[in-house]
Amino acid sequence: MNSALFAVLALATAGVASSATPILRVGENRAAQARRLPAAAPGPVLIRNATVLTVTKGTLPNTDVLLVNGKIAQIGKNLTAPANATIIDATGKFVMPGIIDPHSHMMIDALNEGTLSVTSMVRIRDVLNPTAPNIYRALAGGTTTLNLLHGSANTIGGQNTVVKLKWGRTGEEMVFPGALPGIKFALGENVTRKNSANVVVVGQPQAARRYPTTRMGQEEVLRDAFTRARDYKADWDEYRARVAKKEPNLVAPRRDLELEPLVEVLEGKRLVHAHSYRADEMLMLLELSDEFKFHVQTLQHGLEGYKIASEIAKHGTGLSTFADMWGYKIEAYDAIPYNVAIAMRHGVVTTINSDDDGRARRLNIDAAKLIRYGGLTDDEALKTITYNGAVQLGIQDKVGSIEVGKDADVVIWNGHPLSVYSSVETTFIDGEIFFDKAKDKAMREALALERAELEKAEPNQLPARGGGPGRTGPPATTPPQEDR
Amino acid sequence: MNRTFCLAALFATAAVPPLSAQLGSYNPAPGARGVYVIRNAHIVPVAGPEIANGTIVIGVDGKIAAVGANVAVPADAKIIDGTGLSVFPGMMEAGTAIGLAEITEGANATVDDAEVGRFNPNVQAFFGIDPHSAHIGVSRVVGITHVMSRPSGGLISGQAAIINMAGYTVPEMALVPRAGMVFNLPSARGGGRGQGGGFGAPAATAAATPGRMTPTDSIKQLLRDAEVYGKTLDAYAKDKTLPRPKSDLVLASLLPVVRGEMPALFNAATSAEIKEAVAFAEEMKIKPIIIGGRDAPKITDFLKQHDVPVLFSATMDLPSREDDPYDANYSAPAKLAAAGVRFAIISGEPNPDIRNLPYVAGMAASFGLSKADALKAVTLWPAQITGLGDKLGTIEVGKIANLVVLNGDMLEARSDTKYLFIDGRPVPLETKHTQLYDTFKNRP
Repeated sequence: MNSALFAVLALATAGVASSATPILRVGENRAAQARRLPAAAPGPVLIRNATVLTVTKGTLPNTDVLLVNGKIAQIGKNLTAPANATIIDATGKFVMPGIIDPHSHMMIDALNEGTLSVTSMVRIRDVLNPTAPNIYRALAGGTTTLNLLHGSANTIGGQNTVVKLKWGRTGEEMVFPGALPGIKFALGENVTRKNSANVVVVGQPQAARRYPTTRMGQEEVLRDAFTRARDYKADWDEYRARVAKKEPNLVAPRRDLELEPLVEVLEGKRLVHAHSYRADEMLMLLELSDEFKFHVQTLQHGLEGYKIASEIAKHGTGLSTFADMWGYKIEAYDAIPYNVAIAMRHGVVTTINSDDDGRARRLNIDAAKLIRYGGLTDDEALKTITYNGAVQLGIQDKVGSIEVGKDADVVIWNGHPLSVYSSVETTFIDGEIFFDKAKDKAMREALALERAELEKAEPNQLPARGGGPGRTGPPATTPPQEDR
Repeated sequence: MNRTFCLAALFATAAVPPLSAQLGSYNPAPGARGVYVIRNAHIVPVAGPEIANGTIVIGVDGKIAAVGANVAVPADAKIIDGTGLSVFPGMMEAGTAIGLAEITEGANATVDDAEVGRFNPNVQAFFGIDPHSAHIGVSRVVGITHVMSRPSGGLISGQAAIINMAGYTVPEMALVPRAGMVFNLPSARGGGRGQGGGFGAPAATAAATPGRMTPTDSIKQLLRDAEVYGKTLDAYAKDKTLPRPKSDLVLASLLPVVRGEMPALFNAATSAEIKEAVAFAEEMKIKPIIIGGRDAPKITDFLKQHDVPVLFSATMDLPSREDDPYDANYSAPAKLAAAGVRFAIISGEPNPDIRNLPYVAGMAASFGLSKADALKAVTLWPAQITGLGDKLGTIEVGKIANLVVLNGDMLEARSDTKYLFIDGRPVPLETKHTQLYDTFKNRP
C-alpha cells in the first residue's frame, strides 16, 4: 500500500476529523489521535442485575456493580444509582474483571535488542506505540492490562512495562500506575538461536554467532552479570556509607546502566520475568537465584513447569504459560495442556498468557480449555487470566477481581465468558468505556462514509496513467491495487 | 444377561503397545470393530433435529447401523451408557499438513511438507504422512476424526490426502489417498502466497521476464500438456497401431485434475487472488476449491455466481487492514453463510494447533453464524466440499462411524470428550499429553 493512502486509512480508523489536511504522515498520526480524546473523569456507572464473576469471592447472581471515580464503589442487590449515573441493564449478562495478559509484545515498536547477551539497559517504555490497532481489538476481547515484555533473543533482555489499554491515550497515560518494574530474562532455544542465526544454510552467508549458544553459556552469562552487579552494588554501598560518614574527597562510582537494573533485582525492587521452556533451565535459574539471593517473579511460558512444580512453588515463583500450545519446537515438544492444573495443584500462582496479539483477544477461550485439561473449576480458570496475573505483576490490590475499592476495570459479556459462544459487550478501564460493541457498530457507518470521502479527495487519488499530477508522497513502488 | 460392556476393557490401553516411540509420540491403537451401541444419549445428528434421548448402533462394518429415539439394541452389542453425554459427528480439519511435519522450528529433519522445485504434482501427502505423529492423538481427542493433509511450496505442491485420525498405517487410515492437487498461483503483485494456513515455501512472483513465459502460463502449459497426454493415452488404448506414448509421471499425475476427477486446491487469500484462481480454473476447466479465502466475504456474489467453495481459514486471524472492524474475521463465516457461499471452517493450522478447530467454529457462532451452521461448517460442509458428503459429516445410517461423545457441546472449550469412535473403532483417549500428565501429576 502506498504510504499516503496508508496514513489516510489510519486516520480514518482513529476517527479523526478530516477537514484540515487529508494527508497525514504516519508519524503525525499518533499525536493527532492523542489530542482527540477527552481526559475528563468518567461519571458514575451502575451495572444492573448481572451475574457477577468476582473471581475471588464467588459468583453473585442478579447483582449490581457501581463504578464511581474510576473505582468499584459498591457491589450488591438493588443499589441506588447516584444522580447523573449511567445505568446499564445487564440482565442475563455476565460481569467479570478485565483480563490481564502477563506476556505481550503488543504496541511496542521494537521487540529485541538482541545484539548483546545482556541488555538490561533498554526499556520497553521508550518504544510504546499507543495507536496499534490491536489495542482496540484486545479490548474487544475483554483484555485491559498487559505486561509488555522485551523479546527472548538474549539471556538478559530489557525492562518491561505494564499498561492499561486506554485506547486513544498516549503511551505514558497507559502505563499502569504503581506497577513494580520488571525485567525480561530468557533461556533456551531462542537465546541459543538454534533456529536462526546459528544455522548454516548452504549458499547463504552465515549470520554472526553470538555467545551464548548453549544452555551452559546461558548459566555463565547470568552468573557473570550478577557477579558484576553484586560488585557494583558493593561499590555503591561502600560509597554511600562513606558519604554518610561525611568523608572528604569522595568520588562516586561510575554509573552503569546495564548493572543498575540488576542491582534493583538483587534489592527486590525489580521483578524477574524469565522466558523458559525446559525444566532443567528453569531449575538452573531458580538455583542461581538462591545463590545470588534474588527472587524470580515469574517463569514465562515455563512449558515444562509441571515437571518441577514443587521446586517452582517452593521458590514462590509464578508460572505464566500457554493453555495448550505445544510441539512447534523441540523445547516445546513436552509441553502439555495439563501444565496449569499440575502447577496450581502444587501451589504455584499460575496464569495463561497470549504472547500474541491475536490470542490476546480470546484468552477466555484459553482459560476454558483448562476445565477440560486437568479439571479446573470455573473460578480457577478465570483466575488464570485475571487475579493471578495481578499477583504476578504485583498489582493485585488494584485489579484482577471485582471487589469494592479496586480499579473499575470491568467487562460485560453477553454470556458466560468461559463459553466460546460469548462475546464482550462493554469494556471499562478506570470506570471509563474503552470498548462498546453497540457503539462500535454505530461508528462503522460513519467511518465508511469518512473513508469514502477521504478516498474521493483529490490528493488521495491514485496517480493518473502516464504520470502527471496526482497523489503526493513517495512514488509508488507497486502498481495500483484493488486490495491486498 | 448382563450385556453391559466393560468400558474399561474397551478403552484400555495397558495391553496395547504404543505404536511408535519416535520423538516420544504416543497414539494408542484403536480397538476392534464390533457392534457398539451408545444409548440414553443426547444426539446431535447435524442431518436432522437433535434427539434428546436416543440410541446409535455402530455395525461391524464400521458404519452407523441405526440412529433414533427408539432403536432396538442388537443382542451382541457392546453398550455405552450415554446418560448426560452428547454425541456429535466427528469434525474434519480440511486444511492442515498433519503428519508431514512434526516439529517445524529447529528440527528440519522432521519437516517433510514441501518438496524442492516448482512443479511437484506427482508428490503425494499419502506417502509422507507419519501415521504415528503425536499431533494425531492429541488432535483427535477434541473430536477431530479426519483431516485433509496437504503439501505446500512451489507452484504445484502435490496431492493432498484425507485420512482418518486413527490406525496403524496410512493406507488403512486413508479415506481419499489422492484428494486434491495443491496450486499456488504466483501473485500478480509478487507478494507472498500460501495464506491457506500461513505455511509453505516462498511463492514465485508473477512478473514476466521478457521473452519468457510467466509462471502462471507455465502452469497452464503443463495442464494443457497433461490434457494432450491423456488424449494420446486414450487414442493409443483404442488403436494399438499408434506409437506407444512414453510414460510421464508428472503429466499422469495431473490427468485426474484436467479430467475434473480431482479438485484443484488453490491457496488464496485476497479478493484478487481468489478471482485469479477461479479465472484460472475456468480457463483450464478444472474444479477449484479455495483454501484460506480471507477476503471471500467481500466477493460473495462472485463466489456464488461461479459456485466455488471455500475452505475458510481466517476466522481467528487478526484483521488484515488497520481500518477493518475488530470482528472482520470472526464474523466472516456468518457473512459467507448469509450470502449462500459454500464453505467450511478450517483452522488452517499446519499441525499441532488444529485442535483449536472447534473453538474457531464456536467463535464464528459468537459472531453471527448460527450454532447449527457453525457445527455444519466443521462436519458436513467440509465433507461435502471434499467429496465425502455421502460418507461423513453427519450421524446417519450408512455413514462411517466417526463419532464424538462429550459431556457438553462439542464446540465448547470446556467440554471434555468421553468416548471417541473413528471408522467404527473405539479410540482410546490417552495421548502423549495424558501420558506426561499421569507421569508428573502426583510428583511430590
